[in-house]
Amino acid sequence: MTVHDGSDVHPRPPGGAGPAAGPAAVPPRRARPRWLRATAYWLYQYKRTWRGSLTTSFVYPVLYLTAIGKILGSLIQQHSGPVAGVPYLDFLAPGLLAATVMQVGGSEAMYPVMGAIKWLKTYFAMLATPLEVIDVLGGHMAWIAARLTIVATIYLGIMAALGTVHSDLAIAALPAAVATGLAFAVPIAAFASTQQNDAGFTSIYRFGLIPLFLFSGTFFPVTLLPGWLQPVAYATPLYHGVALCRGLVLGQLGAWAALGHGAYLAALIALGFRLAMVTYRRRLVT
Amino acid sequence: MAPSGVPPSAASSTGGSSEPLVTARGLVKRFGGFVAVDGVDFDIGKGEAYGFLGPNGAGKTSTMRMIACMSPVSDGTLRVLGQDPARHGADIRSRIGLVPQEDTLDLELTVLDNLLVYGRYFDLPRKVIRERAEQLLEFTQLLDRAHDKVEPLSGGMKRRLTIARSLVSDPELLILDEPTTGLDPQARHLLWDRLYRLKQQGVTQIITTHYMDEAEQLCDRLAVMDRGRFAAEGSPRELIGRFSTREVLELRFPGGGAEDVAGRLDGLVERTEVLPDRLLLYTDDGEDTLGEVHRLGFSPDSALVRRSTLEDVFLRLTGRTLVD
Repeated sequence: MTVHDGSDVHPRPPGGAGPAAGPAAVPPRRARPRWLRATAYWLYQYKRTWRGSLTTSFVYPVLYLTAIGKILGSLIQQHSGPVAGVPYLDFLAPGLLAATVMQVGGSEAMYPVMGAIKWLKTYFAMLATPLEVIDVLGGHMAWIAARLTIVATIYLGIMAALGTVHSDLAIAALPAAVATGLAFAVPIAAFASTQQNDAGFTSIYRFGLIPLFLFSGTFFPVTLLPGWLQPVAYATPLYHGVALCRGLVLGQLGAWAALGHGAYLAALIALGFRLAMVTYRRRLVT
Repeated sequence: MAPSGVPPSAASSTGGSSEPLVTARGLVKRFGGFVAVDGVDFDIGKGEAYGFLGPNGAGKTSTMRMIACMSPVSDGTLRVLGQDPARHGADIRSRIGLVPQEDTLDLELTVLDNLLVYGRYFDLPRKVIRERAEQLLEFTQLLDRAHDKVEPLSGGMKRRLTIARSLVSDPELLILDEPTTGLDPQARHLLWDRLYRLKQQGVTQIITTHYMDEAEQLCDRLAVMDRGRFAAEGSPRELIGRFSTREVLELRFPGGGAEDVAGRLDGLVERTEVLPDRLLLYTDDGEDTLGEVHRLGFSPDSALVRRSTLEDVFLRLTGRTLVD
């Protein structure tokens, strides 16, 4: 046992405060993983903006599902009957789920990553502490995964309320949706960390996210695309995300197909992470 | 040494009291083909305030970033708190506080939240961070702004908050990169006062600056850096004694005829320096020298006698002035 109790051994400036003042002895306990401490930062950030973002994640799905799923869907129902054996709304909803998490994952990995490097320099603040590059990257991606979980949960809740869920497997659409979002977020974070300004993000939307949103099976089966375009659609990550989410929600997916889609998304996340480790290191450790 | 002011963590972790906290031998930092730090040696002891003084681009920040374990060493050896930054970077960083050249505060969070989230990076319990945050905000005179956002704070307040933040982890070593650059004189003096108090408490400080008055105020010992190398090392007083005279006579001549005058004053004093706007005469007695100048028939526009400063040391060592 040491004798001092930590209360009087530290001289303090006349103001009564000091860096070492107070009970500086930290009680022993299990250390929190370092990446999780980085995640805590993003949680602090989110405390300011959660209201707005929750409203968006609630309102957008309702608007889309109503306008396109219900109203446009009734027109489609009149003219050509069910799509993939279900009402159009039920066909559309899981596709929109995948498309939404793509957008959320993508945008969370663009401006916030650039801001953490260039504007607020949060990454550099973290790297002056015990956190390493892998913690900074992992902690941020873990936060995006948490954001995606919130968004996907709300979306699935609305889908269930609208009666568009056809299978108990729909619960597995939650991790599937998170994986879909991460399959975009992680590689885009790698890209964002190489950028000097946000001009490149416009291109990602213009040539990436928006065409994918329209042509990866969200609104109609990919088999309706012209023959030469179909293989292109099959190669895109959103196609696999849509197929996986839709298959699980409608209960129309075989185990092998599900594994295939899941493996594609997992591979993209893993590759993206390795790439991001390289681009983050290059940018942050000089 | 200031054993009474050393936090308990320091006492247990750094063995003998005479062992330096930071040791560098042949330290080199290269960026591609550019050599920013070109083989420097130094030892920084516990409780010391050590400065790197030099103009922009001298290699000060690169040296600092290596000590802070944020930038890999290109060559040579570096030990910080007895450990190798290449292998124990995270351990070392958990025991040092960094005030970077550019603030990395979160402008959208409150003052207090900035401290809370930073303390979390060190895995400190929430309660401990809260207690320390309050004391540190009082120490840096920011307590009344605790719940305000950082964005609208003045430059001096942000700087003080950055210092408060760097102290949340109760570091054994505080690294300050250009702590007062860009601040107005009042804000600088307030900051110097706080740093002086920290020093009195025994907190070891490493400071880079291109202000000679800051170096004189804050540093026990300093390295004068130029083009990646040490031009000299010692206490401010030693350096002035070694590389300058006691006093300096500054003369201004009409039409900038200093160059011409300098030639004709050769031999009158130990050394002369011709600056774009004035002539410096290095002498032990400025008034006496001024008398001689007048006796020789020169009539300068203005004459000023002052004591030698680190600025003069730098000029002597490098032939250039410190501030651009």
